[in-house]
Amino acid sequence: MDFIGAYSWPNLRYLLQGFWITVQVAGLSILFSFIIGTVLGTVRYTRVAFVSRTVAILVDAIRNLPLLLIIFFIGMILPQAGIRIPTFWAAVVGLSIFEGAMISEIVRSGLVSVDKGQIEAARASGLSYMQTLRHVILPLALRRMSPPMVSQFISLIKDTSLAIIISLPELMRNVKILSGSSFSYVIPALVFASLLYFTLNYSLSLVAKRLEARQI
Amino acid sequence: MNLWDFSILIDYWDDFMAGLGRTVLASLLGLIGSLVLGTLIAILRIAPFRILNVVGTVYVEFIRNIPLLVTVFFFFLGVPALGIAMEPFTAGTLGLIVYTAAFVAESIRAGIQAVPSGQSEAARSSGLSYIQTMRYIILPQAVKIVLPAIGNQMINLVKNSSVLAVIAGLDLMYYADIINLKTFKGIPVYTLVALFYLLLTIPLSQAVHYMERRFAKSN
Repeated sequence: MDFIGAYSWPNLRYLLQGFWITVQVAGLSILFSFIIGTVLGTVRYTRVAFVSRTVAILVDAIRNLPLLLIIFFIGMILPQAGIRIPTFWAAVVGLSIFEGAMISEIVRSGLVSVDKGQIEAARASGLSYMQTLRHVILPLALRRMSPPMVSQFISLIKDTSLAIIISLPELMRNVKILSGSSFSYVIPALVFASLLYFTLNYSLSLVAKRLEARQI
Repeated sequence: MNLWDFSILIDYWDDFMAGLGRTVLASLLGLIGSLVLGTLIAILRIAPFRILNVVGTVYVEFIRNIPLLVTVFFFFLGVPALGIAMEPFTAGTLGLIVYTAAFVAESIRAGIQAVPSGQSEAARSSGLSYIQTMRYIILPQAVKIVLPAIGNQMINLVKNSSVLAVIAGLDLMYYADIINLKTFKGIPVYTLVALFYLLLTIPLSQAVHYMERRFAKSN
């Protein structure tokens, strides 16, 4: 093991460049999966004939597949059918679809948990169903679903490492390349990468705990 | 070229089955290993010794906040770098065990702590020993919470075992890659692979749903 050699500035910079890609992919995927999840979760909750059923089947199928398969399919197999997406965006699309399906379940159970009395009161006050959903149910549910959602975002950040399968130059792929240059770099590189992931995710998990403590 | 040419399933049946077998094997070994390791860590976390609690907590918090690929690479790249040779399949399975154990430990701890403390106090004052209290009072109730959670971990293990493909671990995704490179018929190959995964995961999620409903009713 050679921590001093492994932590020379060019090596650290290389790993940090990977981490920057990780952060970019994660940030965009969090945004998109939140949008996809909220839409799909609401559609499934509202029981629109046929549409909700289709969404349910799709979401359950996606949730039960390995994310690695989804990312690989989008990045490496779709080009065989003439659909070419740059590596970076293939990772973002794969993550957004998979985590969006996961989040839709969080959204749905958040919506289900809203007290029926609240809905009846809103409807009785003259609000339409869409108004009730928009101004009463969603805000109440969003507060309740925020802790599990943050946990899901932590999973998402960890899952960005799966993009190594389509050679996206994110953190774990750079760890692997750096490890290839010298045996003595392997453990130091893994330690450094772990610390980066840990710092980011642990801070987020503290936010999740805070949110949880605020709920009664 | 026909995008939906499923005859490859017959032509490459042996490869598909070999990969499926390894995926199932890695998941089962992962389940057994993480149950053993996870139980040990859960015991550390609830044991009446501060120092053991800290060790257990550090393990759980550290592992839960890093990607699975880090633990897999530790065994696949790190351990050989320290001079110990290891098959990719072994390295991948060990990585899965170390990673999943943190989640299993959390489920077990949560299950045990969900049993109201009055129960164990009542048992202890009725003359039961600590071990008897655990065996007859706490664990039978904790199982209701722990079992569905373990079921979810099994689903995750099946899906997560696909990281074996990253290190040439001979699993379903690895063989799919080989068949794809031979035939260049990726769409049917990976559609079949997806169906194989669903064949494993959907019955498991049904079982988890069933357990959750059963246990919710019995409370």
